[in-house]
Amino acid sequence: MTIPREHYLQAVFPTPFHPRTAAANTLNVWHRWRDYTVADAYFDVALEYTALRNACTVFDLSPMTKHLITGPDALAFMNRLVTRDVAKVKPGRVGYTVWCDDAGQVVDDGTIFHLRDHVYRLCSQERQLDWLLGSAYGFDVSIVEETHDVAAIALQGPTSCALLKRLGLAQVETLAPFGIRSYAFEGGELMVSRTGFTGDLGYELWIDPELAVSLWDRVFDVGQVVGVKPMGTLALEMSRIEAGFIQAGVDFLPADRAIRADRTRSPFELDLEWLVDFRKGSFTGRRALLGERTRGSRYRLVKLDVEGNKPAKDAFIYDRRRRNVGVVTSALWSPAAKANIALASVQMPFGAPGDELWAEIYYQKELKWSRFMARCTVVEGAFFNPARRRAQPAADC
Amino acid sequence: MTDAGRVVIVGGGHNGLVCAAWLARAGRKVLVLEAADQVGGAAVTREFSPGFRVSSGAHLLHALDPVVERTLKLASHGLALARTGLNTVALGEGGPLVLNGAQVLAGEVSATDRLALAQHVSRQRRYAALLARQHGRIPSTPWNLAKFALDIRRLGRADMRELLRVGTMPLYDLLEDRFENAQLKGALALDGVLGAKLGPRSGQTFFTSLQRAGAYSMPRGGMGTVTGALAIAARAAGAEIRVSSPVASFRVATREDGGEHISGVVLESGEEVAAAVVVSNADPKTTFLRLLGARHLDAEFARRVQHFRAQGCAAKLHLALDGLPEFRGVPPAQLGERLIIAPDLGYIEAAFNPAKYREFSPAPVLEITVPSLHDPGLAPPGKQVLSAIVQYAPYDLAGGWDAGRPHLLAATLDVLARYAPGLRGRILDAELLTPVDLEREFRITGGHWHHGELALDQFMMLRPVPGAAQYATPLPGLYLCGAGSHPGGGVMGSAGRNAARVVLAGGRV
Repeated sequence: MTIPREHYLQAVFPTPFHPRTAAANTLNVWHRWRDYTVADAYFDVALEYTALRNACTVFDLSPMTKHLITGPDALAFMNRLVTRDVAKVKPGRVGYTVWCDDAGQVVDDGTIFHLRDHVYRLCSQERQLDWLLGSAYGFDVSIVEETHDVAAIALQGPTSCALLKRLGLAQVETLAPFGIRSYAFEGGELMVSRTGFTGDLGYELWIDPELAVSLWDRVFDVGQVVGVKPMGTLALEMSRIEAGFIQAGVDFLPADRAIRADRTRSPFELDLEWLVDFRKGSFTGRRALLGERTRGSRYRLVKLDVEGNKPAKDAFIYDRRRRNVGVVTSALWSPAAKANIALASVQMPFGAPGDELWAEIYYQKELKWSRFMARCTVVEGAFFNPARRRAQPAADC
Repeated sequence: MTDAGRVVIVGGGHNGLVCAAWLARAGRKVLVLEAADQVGGAAVTREFSPGFRVSSGAHLLHALDPVVERTLKLASHGLALARTGLNTVALGEGGPLVLNGAQVLAGEVSATDRLALAQHVSRQRRYAALLARQHGRIPSTPWNLAKFALDIRRLGRADMRELLRVGTMPLYDLLEDRFENAQLKGALALDGVLGAKLGPRSGQTFFTSLQRAGAYSMPRGGMGTVTGALAIAARAAGAEIRVSSPVASFRVATREDGGEHISGVVLESGEEVAAAVVVSNADPKTTFLRLLGARHLDAEFARRVQHFRAQGCAAKLHLALDGLPEFRGVPPAQLGERLIIAPDLGYIEAAFNPAKYREFSPAPVLEITVPSLHDPGLAPPGKQVLSAIVQYAPYDLAGGWDAGRPHLLAATLDVLARYAPGLRGRILDAELLTPVDLEREFRITGGHWHHGELALDQFMMLRPVPGAAQYATPLPGLYLCGAGSHPGGGVMGSAGRNAARVVLAGGRV
């Protein structure tokens, strides 16, 4: 850890990129993300979003909670921790996953980076060190939080691969989605993963904090011709909803933070059944999830195409008989999908494809509130899912 | 050995043997694997010095499940009691106080206190009977919970109100409220703290005192006779018992669908024994964390097991004596009774204080028996054996027990010398088993004779932890039957009997 002795004088740290993000933040709007200050937006949310979908953007990912899990039992530990089969995440690959408590309720979601044999990096939305250490009894593993030791930016958008080529990363276009590759960078190591939270072609770049500023400068030097822009959290939020990605604390409440029993969600209730592998053997929550599979779930997460153009933020969801059956957790009018989209958690059995649902949307015009009942269509698959996201090799010009 | 239809019982303590006998009587093929060279667990008689034998764990019988005793016909299998209804001789500076239940047999006790004692003992017995009614029930099934609630209601208005008032109370306050005589209060308080990491001022010592409301007996031949009779009963029913067969781990198999279940055990010798059902008489931590392994359990469940309070706080002293000890003011006729050194509440609490800070009592509390008086076979002719529970001796002693053991022995002998001045000169040999020694000898993680504190938060449906409190465990085919399960420690056998019933029901309760 590189926290200075005077850390208590400052409750929130600048990220390793702060000298550059501060200079780029012409709006000077910031918010706190865990231990760090990050930009809501740099110059214009809509333009940042547009740059993401049409050129490429740089997002400062450094505050993301990161853990390094090593040791002979690293794989066994990971497989007991998470719901998917980590043995299938080969070295040099990344896997999205969730992990549950004993009751099969999702504690958090995150990504597993299989760096090399017996070495994993687990990135999570929430702080998880306590949960990980509590799960480590009986395993020969070492678990350290390395949030402060690794700086990262997400380089996302259709020209992101072209930018990396200009940065001199040979053959980067051949890196498959969810692949990891390392390059030399100014005497250090630059790790590149083809991952992201935008649903677009994109990469995440992981580097020693000492080299962070230098990486930022090089990216913006070579990136001018491919239209690179810095992007803040607000534009990221738009893109992740379009991609249909859920967020802890927004679309589900982490189980270890819930006081009321019905506030948590299982992977099945978050449309993440594909992440649950019962055949791999025991893992925390397996028994409970088997029970749920037999008994049936209480809720389901649905993607909705909402009538009209008023974002359905926080809207109640009703069935055809005007009975309240759920609530919208994330919503916006999607520029990419050209649709009014929403993620909602609804009670079973509502929300099956073809079901008629209604969203109660409140909106304001010149301080006057109005209410609008919007018809919703349940959508399957992501709202925005361009072929370039998966293309191999990636478009590099 | 590849017989998968058999039940393997890991550990031949009294509960393991009861479970074995019960299952064998029901027609199951049962194999008991005991690590030591004799069965019995912590209810054994063994030689501690050439020619001197003693009950090396529990030394008094006070809670043996009558259903077990009757059903397994233990009397016909060799169980004989040398003495029943032992008096309690509370030693004190001004001479001993001799009690037997509600009666004061000797000592100066006021009429008020005698009346209070009669009321106190009678009430304790009613409450203890209420708990005893739960012993044979599988905890927290809806039906049994309802029966428990009904049992409480049936106490009647006055008793129920009183139970709810004092249920979690420190014994200290209760006894101060009811009695005048300091020595009497000390004697009564001992029941609430013996074996526990609690002082009289600790919460819920009223509750723990109910565990020792039974009459004390001494089996002929020591506690080994009880488990010896159980072993004979188990064998008679068809169970096979192998001693000197320590189990190293459980074998876990994975089905096609990824579900795990027990498939047998692996002995320390490397031998594998297949079994569809394994019943563990070992304590919960040994069972889940060492023999099974936390990786086969959900993380929160494994964490609860780790946090199960199971650190022993009592040591065991064995003395080989070259003649009868003499305790000041105690007539020879009373020497064979249950002698206690707990002269007043303050003494016990002061003895407890250091334990909180990982130190032993400089002036410990003692429960003393001289078993050779009832069973001359335990010592060579003319010689005697003294057995004492020494409290408080925390498992996690600062500096470790190798360094601490001689100091605790010296402190204990000093206390004994205060009441039996000539005793030191009669000692031929001494053995002090600290919780660390008890852990090693009886393979109980933490060396707690109840396998874990018997407290309200580790009681009934909470014992040892939620998710394993009905004898079945999260791993299909693995069951618990030891004192770490309901109803807990003391040589009862109820846990073994209940576990067998759950096994016979296929894990469904």
